[in-house]
Amino acid sequence: MKLPKPSRQTAGEFYALQRLMAAAVMRPLTRGDKMQVKWIDGSPTKVVVNQFIKPNDRLTSFERLEIYNRQYWLRIRQSFYEDYPGLCAILGDKKFERLAGAYLANYPSQSFTLRNLGSRLVKFIQEEPRWVSPHKQRALDLARLEWAHTEAFDNEARSPLKLDDLAGLDAAKIRLQLQPHLTLLKLDNEVDDFLIELKRKSGLRSEASNAMEQNRRHKKTRLAGRLKRKTNFLAVHRYQDLVYYKRLDPGQFRLLTALQNGATLEKACAELAGLKISGDLGATIQQWFTSWAALGWFCSLKQSK
Amino acid sequence: MPANQFNNFTDYGIGIGLRVPHYDHILSKKPAVGWFEIISENFMCDGGRPLKVLDQILEQYRVVQHGVSMYFGSSEKLNREHLKKLKRLVKRTNTPWLSDHLCWGSVDGRYTHDLLPMPYTFAAAKVTAQRIREARDFLEVPICVENVSSYAEFHVSEMTEWEFLNEVVERADCGILLDVNNIYVSSKNHGFNPFDYVNGIPAQRVAQIHIAGHSKFEKYILDTHDHPVIDPVWKLYERAIQRTGKTATLLEWDDRIPSFDEVHGEALKANQFLKRLENETAKT
Repeated sequence: MKLPKPSRQTAGEFYALQRLMAAAVMRPLTRGDKMQVKWIDGSPTKVVVNQFIKPNDRLTSFERLEIYNRQYWLRIRQSFYEDYPGLCAILGDKKFERLAGAYLANYPSQSFTLRNLGSRLVKFIQEEPRWVSPHKQRALDLARLEWAHTEAFDNEARSPLKLDDLAGLDAAKIRLQLQPHLTLLKLDNEVDDFLIELKRKSGLRSEASNAMEQNRRHKKTRLAGRLKRKTNFLAVHRYQDLVYYKRLDPGQFRLLTALQNGATLEKACAELAGLKISGDLGATIQQWFTSWAALGWFCSLKQSK
Repeated sequence: MPANQFNNFTDYGIGIGLRVPHYDHILSKKPAVGWFEIISENFMCDGGRPLKVLDQILEQYRVVQHGVSMYFGSSEKLNREHLKKLKRLVKRTNTPWLSDHLCWGSVDGRYTHDLLPMPYTFAAAKVTAQRIREARDFLEVPICVENVSSYAEFHVSEMTEWEFLNEVVERADCGILLDVNNIYVSSKNHGFNPFDYVNGIPAQRVAQIHIAGHSKFEKYILDTHDHPVIDPVWKLYERAIQRTGKTATLLEWDDRIPSFDEVHGEALKANQFLKRLENETAKT
């Protein structure tokens, strides 16, 4: 009977090997989608890779590792494209890929799911707008809207409050909580119409699996040229399992934002001071709340003593 | 009757992966399917359509969870938040067992979202088995590890892949999800006899088998799950069930997904091998 060989690799070496390979797999590709020939320290990558990856009769160590390097970026780009088709449409494939590469170099994925890949994209664009230049504001608007869409798609929906639940309560003491799937956005462009039209003409997001991706080309769109610049207030939310972009009046946005930030109902309504609202203010607010409660936007109530 | 201590579900027969393009067909036509395998990560969310569809499926079908991000072979600690979300899903699906891959994919809290190959060393086996035990204790459900397709090998490896699989499952005392397509893909990429692999694993630990298609390139084969199963993979499947007995079998089709009927039809081809096995067993 053949006895097992004594252990050679230590736990520390095992960890070091994983760090080394992860660094290689996540390194940006060249413009021709190849693995970089120079390693981080300037030495030839093939010398570094030869030290830990075995060649075979068809592929060098470099070429074998390159399969993983390319698949990593293919998967990441595909996931990014599925979550940010609007951003890709205004930037174009190449610029979008460069943005994705730069973003992930700064903010690598820290989540088990690709769903969260874009969670810090808005922050990154604000920090380094050169990657989306000259479309900074449009890019920011789309990144915000598309991330809000992701949140609306599968965030929690808590039991909604009914309007009756609020009857007779002191507005100075109650705080209303909005659903976790609802995001309020102030945007500088009409990106909601743009995104709806774009998605109507293309497919939906796919899902995770463990299969390797094959390269796909994305159709460019001419819709970007028709994107209108106009201040726009939106509630991105889910209703009956579908994601909606509901346009809001400036007053509605101000009131809901105050509630979302934890203001009492009275203080949130006070935010409307100075805004031009036609008709009876009390009746208007009542109408708004009726509509929002019907959509199930309020999910809990806190009362101060 | 259980086939072995890790295979108490011989009645599961043949299943297919639950995939978005088939949702409407399944929910409206209610086809007769032995069971569905779900990718756990697609349902580890807090609400929305994914969970609603899952609940509708659970009303009518048996569901088994299969994960792609546990990374049993990573050298860092298990992610508690991940485990908590997974446990919530386990309670929802009542999955009889839970599988994930014998691979790694994250380091220092950074995720590659890939199934990276292990160095086949005793140190790696020890770390991996410990993580499988910890996950099982937390999740309170039997765990099976799946062999992955790979495209690279390490100089530092001290044993074959199947010896490494044995080492891990013995140390962890867990089951195996044997992917015969992955064995075939890796055998072509690394130049070993795939039957040595199938003959070399502890059959008494196999709880589930995966079959799938792949893509052939000039110098290597890529595990793409976008084609029908090829004959050499069916032959490996036949040999595997000769060793394991009747075992829950699942067809994976994850890309360029055809109609439900086509995917289901491809999966049901496994029946001819299971029936042949049944006849042979009856004769003896």
